[in-house]
Amino acid sequence: MKAIVCVKQVPDTSGKVAVKEDGTMDRASMATITNPDDMNAIEAALKLKDETGCEVTVVSMGPPPAEGMLRELLAMGADKAVLVSGREFGGSDTYATSQILAAAIKKIGVDDETIIFCGRQAIDGDTAQVGPQIAEKLGLPQVTYVADIKAEEKSLTVQRMLEDGYMTIRVQLPCLLTCIKELNQPRYMSVSGIVDCFSKPYEIFDFNTLKDDPLIDLDTIGLKGSPTNVYKSFSPPVKGAGMMLEGADKDTCDKLVALLDEKHII
Amino acid sequence: MAFDSRDTAAFHGVWVFCEQRDGKLMNTDFELISEGRKLADELGCELCGVLLGHNVEGLAKELGGYGADKIYVCDHELLETYTTDGYAKVICDLVEEKKPEVFLIGATNIGRDLGPRCAARLHTGLTADCTHLDVDVEKYKAFLKTTSTIDVDNTVFEQNTNLKMTRPAFGGHLMATIICPRFRPQMSTVRPGVMKKAPFDQAKADAVVVEKPAVALSKEDIHVDVLEVKKAAKKLVDLIGADVVVSVGRGISKDVERGIQIAEELADALGGVVGASRAVVDAGWMSADHQVGQTGKTVHPKIYVALGISGAIQHKAGMQDSECIIAVNKNETAPIFEVASYGIVGDLFKVGPMLAESIRTLKASK
Ligand SMILES: Cc1cc2nc3c(=O)[nH]c(=O)nc-3n(C[C@H](O)[C@H](O)[C@H](O)COP(=O)(O)OP(=O)(O)OC[C@H]3O[C@@H](n4cnc5c(N)ncnc54)[C@H](O)[C@@H]3O)c2cc1C
Ligand SMILES: Nc1ncnc2c1ncn2[C@@H]1O[C@H](COP(=O)(O)O)[C@@H](O)[C@H]1O
Repeated sequence: MKAIVCVKQVPDTSGKVAVKEDGTMDRASMATITNPDDMNAIEAALKLKDETGCEVTVVSMGPPPAEGMLRELLAMGADKAVLVSGREFGGSDTYATSQILAAAIKKIGVDDETIIFCGRQAIDGDTAQVGPQIAEKLGLPQVTYVADIKAEEKSLTVQRMLEDGYMTIRVQLPCLLTCIKELNQPRYMSVSGIVDCFSKPYEIFDFNTLKDDPLIDLDTIGLKGSPTNVYKSFSPPVKGAGMMLEGADKDTCDKLVALLDEKHII
Repeated sequence: MAFDSRDTAAFHGVWVFCEQRDGKLMNTDFELISEGRKLADELGCELCGVLLGHNVEGLAKELGGYGADKIYVCDHELLETYTTDGYAKVICDLVEEKKPEVFLIGATNIGRDLGPRCAARLHTGLTADCTHLDVDVEKYKAFLKTTSTIDVDNTVFEQNTNLKMTRPAFGGHLMATIICPRFRPQMSTVRPGVMKKAPFDQAKADAVVVEKPAVALSKEDIHVDVLEVKKAAKKLVDLIGADVVVSVGRGISKDVERGIQIAEELADALGGVVGASRAVVDAGWMSADHQVGQTGKTVHPKIYVALGISGAIQHKAGMQDSECIIAVNKNETAPIFEVASYGIVGDLFKVGPMLAESIRTLKASK
């Protein structure tokens, strides 16, 4: 078996988020993290490596500083890393991104025992689209919202979460899975891993590396080519704070209930 | 004629994917049909539902009752259970033949699996998890006036009839309106529980046209085997449909059992259900179906009570549009108070039961 994991470096939206005057995100001033769901994707691949000794390649599309994140994933136990990086790729929406990543994954090599792992969604855009779109571009079956994986000879049996239960699905290899946090608990980097991570194979695929792949339609990559465009962006208004009630005793509660009654809320 | 997603002039009509599970329509179907009706009226075109499954024709009328002109019923035994491969093939075949201008899909776990797969195959854009849709620029401007800090009257807006798809990004810190000007169909997944359901109209239900396109699907098209579909053992809480939601946060950690009991009693008194912050779900104190927020459910009940919830942006993203928000938190600087209609600074273990009692007393007196 062979595992390829798609990981994205994202701004940490749980910390302070800076919005610029023009309504766009001030990414430069924000801390970055490895996208949380992608940590579950890498852990799933490393578990498979523990069981089968398979090779794990991590691939990320983003600006050059993403190297730091990829080195950390090598330190966790991944074998190889690929950074897809080029100015031509900047501003890509999910359609454009998935084309580029699909071409990169093809170059890394998909054989009939390959599993591609993605996170369910990235916390910057929350789209959950890139995984299924890579699968479509590569013509592979997909299973999204994966909460459990059992590997067999040439297939996997996985659990796919629904809002009201789950499906158990058998899928043939090669395939693509998108992982959710219920799947596993990501491991830490090991000390020996940190020592080794700078000597493991690390490659950069730029525009020239990928541009001749038929999967890449030069008209639909980057900011200009992306099918979707931002028409306007804005910050939601701060909702005016309401009324703070005095005290926290029975009188306060009675007063609140009287107010709710007066306004026909209850 | 070959399908070309760039030939925008060739595309007409608004479509809604109507998801059914076990022969039952989803609430999102009614929400999207209702919303789709408005868009179709603005565009002056037909509204069609697309219903896939096996022996599901009987569901078409109900969809008509919410405003659909026509329902395409794609019936096939291989469509009985959802598979990405089966559904994507049938839908893409139909889109390529009929060429709709707008295609809306509910952002359920199934919609978010199917939507991107179809958009990639059809060579068009897809906007995820939208919370507001407009065609008309004036209507869009009116929307911005109440929901943004933009100085609408002094801003230039490009006039067009593209679908303007608004959605939260960066965990709710930013709203973005997305368009897909060069490709068709304009596709979007729409967050469940956000669009308002129109009243059901029996006359419209009776008038709906049902069309059954030929379905070309074989076992070889489907590369997965669904071995089992299992429903959650206990009944799931219906947060989205509830008029009152009483949610608890990490503030109950001192005595989790008692905290949940207090929320249940309060919910009982108000006639509502119990929700939770992610902290509570992550700790395993309540199941995931209770989670409100960015990665949970979006609710806008008449009354939302937050007990011991700090009000992180990801939580607020799922509840700040509630009509009346009551927050109880012992820390007066908790951000939840910024969105609360009424705030009480105090211990939920004391305030919760007293509040429930006051409500019961009032209701008894009526
Ligand atoms: C990508 C991402 C997605 C997320 N999605 C969601 C989501 O969908 N939903 C969600 O809720 N969160 C989400 N979060 C998590 C969110 O950032 C917060 O961590 C979470 O909402 C905090 O939950 P809490 O308010 O219960 O806990 P805390 O932040 O720990 O707050 C507990 C509050 O209880 C108060 N308190 C303590 N004891 C008492 C008492 N006895 N009486 C009264 N008050 C008391 C405290 O003052 C405090 O304000 C997400 C985070 C990320 C990064
Ligand atoms: N730029 C990227 N580089 C590598 N993987 C990505 C990138 N963007 C998205 N992905 C993968 O696709 C998943 C879904 O992302 P998204 O569709 O943006 O929510 C992520 O969890 C990643 O696994």
